[in-house]
Amino acid sequence: MNVPQLWLHALQGTLVLFFAGGVIALVLGIIVGTMRVSPVPIARAVGAVYVNWIRNTPLTLVMFFFAFCIPILVGSRMNSLTLATIALGVYTATYVAETIRSGVNTVPVGQAEAARAIGLSFGQVMSLVVLPQAFRSVIPPMVSVFIALLKNTTVAAGFSVLNLGSVALYLSEIREPGRNDNLLQTMMSGENLLLTLILIALIFVVLVLLLAWLQRVLEKKWRVER
Amino acid sequence: MSSVLYDVPGPRARLRNRLVGAATVLVVAALLALVVWRLIDTGQFDAQKWSIFTYTRPWLLLLEGLGATLGAFIVAAIGAMALGFILAVGRLSDHRWLRVPVGWIVEVLRAVPVLIFMMLLYYGLPVAGIRVEPYWAVVIALIAYNGSVLAEALRAGVESLPRGQREAGYAIGLRKNAVMRLILLPQAVRAMMPVIISQLVVALKDTALGFIITYPELLHYIQLLGGQVPFGTPLVPTAIVGGSIYVVLCLLLSYVAYRVQKGSRRSPKIRHDAPAAGEGDAATVTEFIAVQKGAEGRKRR
Repeated sequence: MNVPQLWLHALQGTLVLFFAGGVIALVLGIIVGTMRVSPVPIARAVGAVYVNWIRNTPLTLVMFFFAFCIPILVGSRMNSLTLATIALGVYTATYVAETIRSGVNTVPVGQAEAARAIGLSFGQVMSLVVLPQAFRSVIPPMVSVFIALLKNTTVAAGFSVLNLGSVALYLSEIREPGRNDNLLQTMMSGENLLLTLILIALIFVVLVLLLAWLQRVLEKKWRVER
Repeated sequence: MSSVLYDVPGPRARLRNRLVGAATVLVVAALLALVVWRLIDTGQFDAQKWSIFTYTRPWLLLLEGLGATLGAFIVAAIGAMALGFILAVGRLSDHRWLRVPVGWIVEVLRAVPVLIFMMLLYYGLPVAGIRVEPYWAVVIALIAYNGSVLAEALRAGVESLPRGQREAGYAIGLRKNAVMRLILLPQAVRAMMPVIISQLVVALKDTALGFIITYPELLHYIQLLGGQVPFGTPLVPTAIVGGSIYVVLCLLLSYVAYRVQKGSRRSPKIRHDAPAAGEGDAATVTEFIAVQKGAEGRKRR
């Protein structure tokens, strides 16, 4: 693999981790978040155990478990990118669930009470009254969760997944000599690890600031007037 | 809080809830059974694999790893709090030339992934002729990231205080420095205590990133012990045992945060704009700040 190919694959790895991990986190997080506010005590308990357990586990440990233990348990070799993506999704889902729960809790008590008073069932209370209002206050913190997810994709670098977090180390192994007439090329070639890592840090700063800007825009647009 | 969403269940709702509950139990039990079946099927419960824990040496190694984790965590926690104070005061400064650059520093430090920062220190700096031990790479990166997050939390705490506090301080003849040091920061710290402690949980969790840049902490020893061939490479048993140590540590610290939050909720001296704050880390800090911005907006209107 040459330098541009390596960068392309790295970018692809990060994007897969971010988007696929995000989808898993959203689906699982919505399920768990719903369980945590549901009227079924057992479902609430299961949700609470899942959230408290995974949130108090380092992501590195979650990935360690998925990368090394799951293949043993399944009994066959598995793609490290897939495993890292699932680990990232499982970990981030807890944050999604908590965001949804606290979003539901920000809807004033009177709303749900009024909805109940006119005879709506729990499902109707949630889908017609509470969730549409919760959605607006959930979006800004949800973007924070996704910013954290984007930064957390780098952790996969420790588990032999080629992504933006690990591309510097891969580059330093191939060492293509020459071709460093300008700063960007030197940075991209991985010849100078310091410069390459600074470039990667800059990429993340730009991406994160972009998401933070999006967050501010959405926050302003959907400010809840109460 | 969530009990507001539904009535006390009647007979039909009770039946339905029981059915849903039974379904939940079945699904969870099936998942657990699947895991246990795989564990048994792949021989993870073999005596040989667990016999590693009957020796003293593995435990001493795990203890050594735990010591390394806690060593990095404690220094990073103290450093992050110190940096948080400095950056928060800088961001609250009246001088534009100080406030704006510090604001940028905080933004950038928060945006760089901690692992990339660690790699920069550990793999990057030697290129420039500075050798950084893995320990210091871990500690410095954690201080930089958590310090900047704490700075934001403290700033939000100070800004959420009623303006009268500051004015009263000036009225009795205190200077800017004394107003900040004696009046605003102590109250901000008290109001933000749950957020500060849960950020420390994040720092504790992130020490595990040291594993990736070869800092010999707990996870490193888990992998080391898990690869012992004489015990049939007991990776799963050691991961279970070592992982439990991590989870218990973080749960303890989270529990402290929870207690502090409950205690401060009862205290009448602190205003409670955001009951949701303090249960999490970055996300909730932002939520808290967002809520307070909302509160400011309300006041202005």
